[in-house]
Amino acid sequence: MRELQLRDLYERFRDPATLQALSELIHREAAGLKRPINIMEVCGGHTHTIMKYGLKQLLPESIRFIHGPGCPVCIMPKERIDHAYALAMQPEVILATLGDMIKVPGSKGSLQDARSRGADVRFVYSPLDLLKIARENPDKKVVYFAIGFETTTPMTAALIEQARKAGIDNLLYHINHVTVPEPMEMLLGDRREAQESGEKSRIDAFIGPSHVSVIAGAKIYRPFPERYGRPVVVSGFEPVDVMEGVLMLVRQFIQGRSELEIQYKRSVTMEGNLSAQRLIEKYFERRENFRWRGLGEIPRSALRLKEEYAQIDAEKIYAEILPDEPIDDHKLCICGEILRGMAQPYECKVFGKACKPSSPLGSCMVSSEGACAAYYKYGELLHEARRSEA
Amino acid sequence: MCLSIPSKVVSIDKEKATAVVDTMGVQREVGIDFIEDEVKLGDYVLIHIGFAMNIISEEEALASIETYREILELMDAEERERAIRDADRCEGG
Ligand code: SF4
Repeated sequence: MRELQLRDLYERFRDPATLQALSELIHREAAGLKRPINIMEVCGGHTHTIMKYGLKQLLPESIRFIHGPGCPVCIMPKERIDHAYALAMQPEVILATLGDMIKVPGSKGSLQDARSRGADVRFVYSPLDLLKIARENPDKKVVYFAIGFETTTPMTAALIEQARKAGIDNLLYHINHVTVPEPMEMLLGDRREAQESGEKSRIDAFIGPSHVSVIAGAKIYRPFPERYGRPVVVSGFEPVDVMEGVLMLVRQFIQGRSELEIQYKRSVTMEGNLSAQRLIEKYFERRENFRWRGLGEIPRSALRLKEEYAQIDAEKIYAEILPDEPIDDHKLCICGEILRGMAQPYECKVFGKACKPSSPLGSCMVSSEGACAAYYKYGELLHEARRSEA
Repeated sequence: MCLSIPSKVVSIDKEKATAVVDTMGVQREVGIDFIEDEVKLGDYVLIHIGFAMNIISEEEALASIETYREILELMDAEERERAIRDADRCEGG
């Protein structure tokens, strides 16, 4: 009996009947839309849900998704990966990082390649693992190559805090933390560069990332409905969450509203986690500029350690061996256009041919969270969908 | 993958700002720096790269645990442990 009840609960999030009901509701209400709407789901996690559960096929033609840049591995420019590589190749350095980062090729190869050439590169599940590595290797410099959005930034700050408290002094940081609102703003084309190139944004509304918002609070999206007239719904990762988010956006358009709403009330508040935010402010400050792979320079879109922590900042300590020449992607790669909502992955000439997850040419194929990787993985579904459309 | 399977708090060490949590039978130590003031024994938390991010309601937690149970039951012990650890390895949104 108990088990049955649990099943009932979880089926709220994935149950085909619920999805179908939401789909019908959206179809009915979207019939009242004056024109089609383009919704950008900012986060790679949402892109995956949309592809995996075939949500596009459950929506009317008047609702389209634009896949956003919310995959921290995908947006890491090659010159930063070269930094990691150069650091790893230092004989006194142990380099540690998270996730898919280890597989991403820079201009000299990936961190995996560095390892096969003798470098000590470690993959960690948690920044806290660094404390142990640093303690066990007192004669080494342990460098944490820190990546991620607002979701992982406080964990790096907590690591710094704990290492300082414990008196560990051989732990250094190479900070690549980026922020979500700035690229969203840039993608709207309200920035000067975008206007100069005559590019018009096709984004009408956003589905906001949920885990980022658990930390930073939904408040970070306020300018979008208020200043730019683009509604935002912060939504969870389950398929029913995403569909409900879409329905909430459709209703805003029908009723002529432009607001910030939270679908994922289970975990997200307007304010976010204040102690995490305080810790971030203690250690980090904005960079004036950061180059995003596929998108170019975005002002104030990334963080660095404050000047007073220069003695643990690997970027400063090793400045001489860290080249900063921008390195572009393969010229056939249209990732930039995909992230801007101007193209879809299957429009790329090398998609699934020269460019695959096992041999990525561009950033959107590199990480499992990237749009091209999602299309590749769930391509079958897409194929079927296109066949049935034809 | 960004699954965030709910984990139950089984012990708390305020000194070290850590807690031991149980994620579907797998126990590990996580940081509680961000929820230190409110976390209690028996709470369900979401773990993200080795830190508890927030506390969630029991109803919510049991519902999503059940979802994952189905998937995890198909794996052997080693795979399962890896999957559980991988599940909160979410650098993205
Ligand atoms: S398929 Fe590869 S080359 Fe083409 S846009 Fe995607 S990442 Fe770039």
